[in-house]
Amino acid sequence: MASFWSYWIIILTTVTIVGISWILFANRKREQQPADKTTGHEYDGIEELDNPLPAWWFYMFVITIVWGVGYLIVYPGMGNFAGAIGWTQVGQYDKEVAAAEQKYRDMRDRYLALPIEEIAADPAVRKMGMRMFANNCAQCHGADAKGRYGFPNLTDEDWIYGGEPATIKATLENGRQAAMPAWGSIIGDKGVADVTQYVLSINGRDANESQATAGQTVFQTYCVACHGPEGLGNHALGAPNLTNGVWLYGGSEEQISQTIRAGRNGVMPAFKDTLSEDKIHIIAAYVYGLSKQ
Amino acid sequence: MKHDAIEKNIGLMIILIIVALSFGTLVELVPLLFSKETNEPIAGLKPLPALELEGRDIYIREGCNTCHSQMIRPLRAETERYGHYSVAGEFVYDHPFLWGSKRTGPDLARVGKRYSDDWQRAHLYNPRDVVPESNMPAFPWLFEDEINPEVTGAKMAALRKVGVPYTDDDIAGASAAVAGRKEIDALVAYLQQLGTLLQSRR
Repeated sequence: MASFWSYWIIILTTVTIVGISWILFANRKREQQPADKTTGHEYDGIEELDNPLPAWWFYMFVITIVWGVGYLIVYPGMGNFAGAIGWTQVGQYDKEVAAAEQKYRDMRDRYLALPIEEIAADPAVRKMGMRMFANNCAQCHGADAKGRYGFPNLTDEDWIYGGEPATIKATLENGRQAAMPAWGSIIGDKGVADVTQYVLSINGRDANESQATAGQTVFQTYCVACHGPEGLGNHALGAPNLTNGVWLYGGSEEQISQTIRAGRNGVMPAFKDTLSEDKIHIIAAYVYGLSKQ
Repeated sequence: MKHDAIEKNIGLMIILIIVALSFGTLVELVPLLFSKETNEPIAGLKPLPALELEGRDIYIREGCNTCHSQMIRPLRAETERYGHYSVAGEFVYDHPFLWGSKRTGPDLARVGKRYSDDWQRAHLYNPRDVVPESNMPAFPWLFEDEINPEVTGAKMAALRKVGVPYTDDDIAGASAAVAGRKEIDALVAYLQQLGTLLQSRR
């Protein structure tokens, strides 16, 4: 703070304290006026008594003034004066965080040194992981981690980017950006309809046979690069398995053709800038354990 | 002084009351108007682009700030949940600020980039679709209504008058930047940049 404003605050605060003290003491009446107990005001026959302030009331004012002065000596308040005990808001926060770090750091470091597979079943890790999941992940994946339309279920064995511990951790750290292109303008309405029938057929569902055959040709030209020749998907590319009946965006005929026509671009946010490594490790262990129960 | 003199002279009484009341303002508020901490933007802070600016106005119109604060206090319990505590320099271009004082929903000061755009849209369309226990209202009309591009430039010009450094190019390009965009696009764009300048690992 500039020294002008520092003096501004100090002077005005001092003036206020001296001023209210003066008002309090200068107007103090110790004794009740013996002769006439009124202020002399009279309105419609109603007179105003002029009693001294009750002692408890008077001393409460005094105590607040003394308290205020004491506060301004101990804590920062008088401009740039830092206060006798050097308290700061950020200092208190840093102390609070340091105390918590000391308390939890060892434990988290111990878990961080252990492989995810090993700690995934540890009840303490599961409990911590559940809390961290509830705070950071449940908004999309659900409190039960079973996912929602557009947000994957983490409790089944089906993984878009892979369910190995290291992959889960990488997903948490760096996030994911799905890149299913919109095929509508490339393969046309007929192409979309044919590929939809083909996708239904490789799931063993009812499909129009001739359309499915035509769709297979389109699939082997455009879809094969990511989803593979049998539609089993590719974790490295984030291409889901199309044959196991797990659908992120719905498995009805309409929903499948919409996905093909318009594409899907689901995003998993990256957490490496906001969560510490030990927490990501514990959340990864919790998520890994979800499908292993 | 006899208090008759004050009680019977209403003009004098008004002046003395104003003097008495002004001390708090003069000591606690006036120095902040001139202090470096509150007037200097943090590194990287830029005025909101046109779409984000319109999103902010929708945020205000829909009353988001009545249930969501944008102010993380320096308490561990808050920074563990929301991220780095808020600092004054983040709000230099906010007119008015949207700190809020009530948290029916969570604080949003650092909600930017925390969820995907898809999540924000699904959540605003109907919060129950993604968070079953939520009691937040749904805002489906944001998906239908378009932004009025005619006033965006004027809003920027007004903000420039109170010190937000918009350039002439910003103002000239404002309508084009928001023309044809839905309100939901603007609101999501606004939310996705909230608090992203100051990140810390927790």
